[in-house]
Amino acid sequence: MEGPPAMTGTPDLLYSDVETDLRASVRDLLTDHGDPAALLARVESGEPYDLKLWRTLAGDLGAAGLLVPESLGGQGASARETALVLEELGRGLAPVPFLGSAVLATCALLHTDTTQQPVAELLGRLASGAAIGCLAVPLSAMPGTGFPTGVRATAEGRLTGRIGTVADATVAETLVVPAAGPDGAGLYLVETRAAGVTVAEAVPLDLTRRLADVTLEDAPARRVAGQDTAAAAVRAALLAGAALLASEQLGLAQWCLDETVAYVKQRYQFGRPVGSFQAVKHRLAEVYLHLVSARAAARAAADTLARDDTDLPVTAAVAQAYCAPAAVHAAEECIQLHGGIGMTWEHPAHLYLKRAKADELALGTPAKHRRILAGLVDLPG
Amino acid sequence: MSTVDSEGDAEDLRSRVREFLREHDHTVMEPLDFLRARFDAGLAWVHFPAGLGGIGAPRAAQAVVDAEFEAAGAPDNNPRRIGIGLGMAAPTILQFGTEEQQRRFLRPLWTGEEVWCQLFSEPGAGSDLAALGTRAVRDGSDWVVEGQKVWTSGAHVARWAILVTRTDPEVPKHQGMTYFVCDMTAPGVEVRPLRQITGEAEFNEVFLNGVRIPDAQRLGEIGDGWRVAQATLMNERVAIGGRPTPREGGMVGVVAQTWRERPELRTPELHDRLLRLWVEAEAARLAGDRLRQQLAVGRPGPEGSAMKLAFARLSQELSALEVELLGEEGLRYDDWTLRRPDLVDFTGREAGYRYLRAKGNSIEGGTSEVLRNIIAERVLGLPTEPRADKDVAWKDLPR
Repeated sequence: MEGPPAMTGTPDLLYSDVETDLRASVRDLLTDHGDPAALLARVESGEPYDLKLWRTLAGDLGAAGLLVPESLGGQGASARETALVLEELGRGLAPVPFLGSAVLATCALLHTDTTQQPVAELLGRLASGAAIGCLAVPLSAMPGTGFPTGVRATAEGRLTGRIGTVADATVAETLVVPAAGPDGAGLYLVETRAAGVTVAEAVPLDLTRRLADVTLEDAPARRVAGQDTAAAAVRAALLAGAALLASEQLGLAQWCLDETVAYVKQRYQFGRPVGSFQAVKHRLAEVYLHLVSARAAARAAADTLARDDTDLPVTAAVAQAYCAPAAVHAAEECIQLHGGIGMTWEHPAHLYLKRAKADELALGTPAKHRRILAGLVDLPG
Repeated sequence: MSTVDSEGDAEDLRSRVREFLREHDHTVMEPLDFLRARFDAGLAWVHFPAGLGGIGAPRAAQAVVDAEFEAAGAPDNNPRRIGIGLGMAAPTILQFGTEEQQRRFLRPLWTGEEVWCQLFSEPGAGSDLAALGTRAVRDGSDWVVEGQKVWTSGAHVARWAILVTRTDPEVPKHQGMTYFVCDMTAPGVEVRPLRQITGEAEFNEVFLNGVRIPDAQRLGEIGDGWRVAQATLMNERVAIGGRPTPREGGMVGVVAQTWRERPELRTPELHDRLLRLWVEAEAARLAGDRLRQQLAVGRPGPEGSAMKLAFARLSQELSALEVELLGEEGLRYDDWTLRRPDLVDFTGREAGYRYLRAKGNSIEGGTSEVLRNIIAERVLGLPTEPRADKDVAWKDLPR
C-alpha cells in the first residue's frame, strides 16, 4: 500500500513584511471606497461593480498585475501576494472583477505562449487595469475535470456555443474562451463587443460577483493556444483559482467573526452583554478554531502555488475542502448571532452569506475536492 | 526573541555537542553517567542557566542540540516517562524555586533518576482548580497536609510531586493557596490505581493523610499558589505545541492505513467521512506548523488553545470512524486486563482502545468547554460570565 505522496518541504505559512504592508494598503483603499451601506446601494444599482475602485487597485497598487511578470507590464510578484489581496477583497466584499480578470483569465494566458503579440498585449492591459478579461467557463468549473466542450471553433477561428454562469463577464472586454476546434482543444480571445457575442446577465445568488450567460454565434476569435497548451492552461488557471479562492474565503470568514464579536459585546439582553453567555461564546470559539486552520490551509495553498510545488494539487484541494465550509459556517453564525437584524436586508451579513455560499460552489464544491483528494492521497472509495 | 539567530549559531552548538561526544563516549559509558555529564556540561535543556543544565541559549537551540545527540545515537532521558517533570515541574522550579531547590531537584529530574507527578486535580476541583480543598496547616518548620487528589499520572512511579494546597480558607479561593514539592515516599502518602474506561489504570488517586512537608519544600510565597500553578499550566500548554508532524502523522495515519489495507471494509458513506477528517487533520497539522513558524520568528500567537480543541475532536471522530469501519471486528476489544502503562500509546493498541481513550482528550489538560471559554474571553475579548465565587471566602462557597 502506498500512502500519501511525499511533500517537497514545509510551506512558509506566515505573512512577510511586504505582504503585511500590502494588506494595509489594500485595506485602506477599500475603507476609503465606502462602507457596507454603500456596497448594498451599489449592488442594487445599474453599476454593481465599482470600476473606479478597480482602476485604483490596478493602477495605484498594481494589484491586478501581481501575477504578471515585469517584462509583460505586471508586478512580477507571486501567488502569495495575490492571495493576500484576495483576503482583503473577501473581507471587504469588494465588487471588483479580480477573480475573473486578475486570477482566472491572467493565469490561463500566462500558460500560453506569452511571446505572441496579442497575448503579451492583453496581459499588459489586464495587469494595468486598462482592460478587464475573463475566462469563459462556468464559475462552478472544477480543476481536473476535463476540457470544456460547449463551444466549437471553425478553422477560420469563428466560435459558436454557450457558456453559462461566467463570473465577471458582464464587465469584461475580452473573453478567454476554451473551445473545441478542428485540430482539437484551443484557447481563443473574443472581444465582447464583436458581432455574434451576447453577454446576458443572470440573476446571481451572490450580488457582489456578477454572473452572465455567454452566447457565441459565429463570433470572430483569435486562437492563442492549441491542443495540449489550451487544456493545460485551463487546468492551471482553475487550479490556481481554487488555491487562491481559499484566501478570499478566509478574509470573508474573518470579517464575519470580527463583526459578530463586536456586535455581541455591545448588544445587551437579559441584563448582560449577549457575548457573556457561554452558549454564544462557544459558538464563536468554534468559528475562531476554523479560522486558525483555514488560515494555515489557505497560506499553504498560496505558498505551494507561488513555488510551483508539486504538492499544489493536494494543498489546493485541502484548502477548498476546508476553507469553503469554514467561510459558510462563519457567515451562518454571523447571521444567527446577530439575531433578527441578521435576517434584514439593511445589514450586510446577507451579502457575506451569499458570497460564502457561492464561493462554496465556485471552482469545485468541497465534496468534489474531497473526491479529487481521494485519488491524490491514495484513499480510494 | 527565541530563535537561533543564524546558521553560525547553530553550527557553534553542533560543534559544542560534538566536542562533548568526543570527551564522553556513550558507547562505553553507563547511560546514567552519560546523562549526568550532559547535564553538567549545560547541554540538557540549553535555554536553562549555566549550572542548572543549560547555557542560557535561546529556546529554539534545543532542537539543534537534541538532533545532534540523536544523530550520534546517544542515550536519551526517556522523556515520555517523565514528561510531567520536564514539561511542568522543571520550569516551575526554575521560575519560583530557591537556588537550593533548583540544585537539589533539577539534575535527577532531567536524567530521569527521579520521576515527578502533579497533585493538582481533586474530586471536587477539576476544571475549577482554584476550588481545591486539600489543606496544609503550618506546624513549626513543617506543613501538615490532609486531602485527596485524583487523575494523577505516574504517581505510582513518582519520587516527587508538585502539589497545590489550601492554606487559608478565610480568603477568596484564588488567594489562599500555597504550592509545595511533596515527597511521594513520605508517611501518609497513599497511591491507589484509578481504573478507567479503557480497563487500564493510567492514573491514580492520591490520599494525603497527615503528610509532613518541610517549609523548605515550598515553591513561591505562602498564599501565592494560584500564580505558581498558573505558570505550571502555561508550561503544560507550551509542551503540547510539540514537534512538527508529517502529513498523516498521528491518528489520521492509523485510520488511513486501515482503509488502504482493507478495501473490503470500504463504503461510500465512510469514504466521505474519512476524507472530511483527512482534510481537517491536514488543516490542523498545517495550523500547528504555522504556530511553530510564528514562535520561531518570535511572534507567538494565541492559536494554541484552538489547536488543542482541534486535536481532541479529530482524535475522537477518527477513532469512532475506525471502529465503525472495522464492522464485525469493531465489536471486539483487545484486552480488558488492568494494566498500568507509563505512557498513552494510541498506536500500540487496537481501534476500540483508541476510541475509548480518545474520550479523555476533550477532558484532560483543560476541557474543551474551558478552552472555548479561554478563546472567547482571552482571544476574542468577550465579556466574562457573572461569577458567584469572586469575593467570597473559600470556606463559605457552596460545594
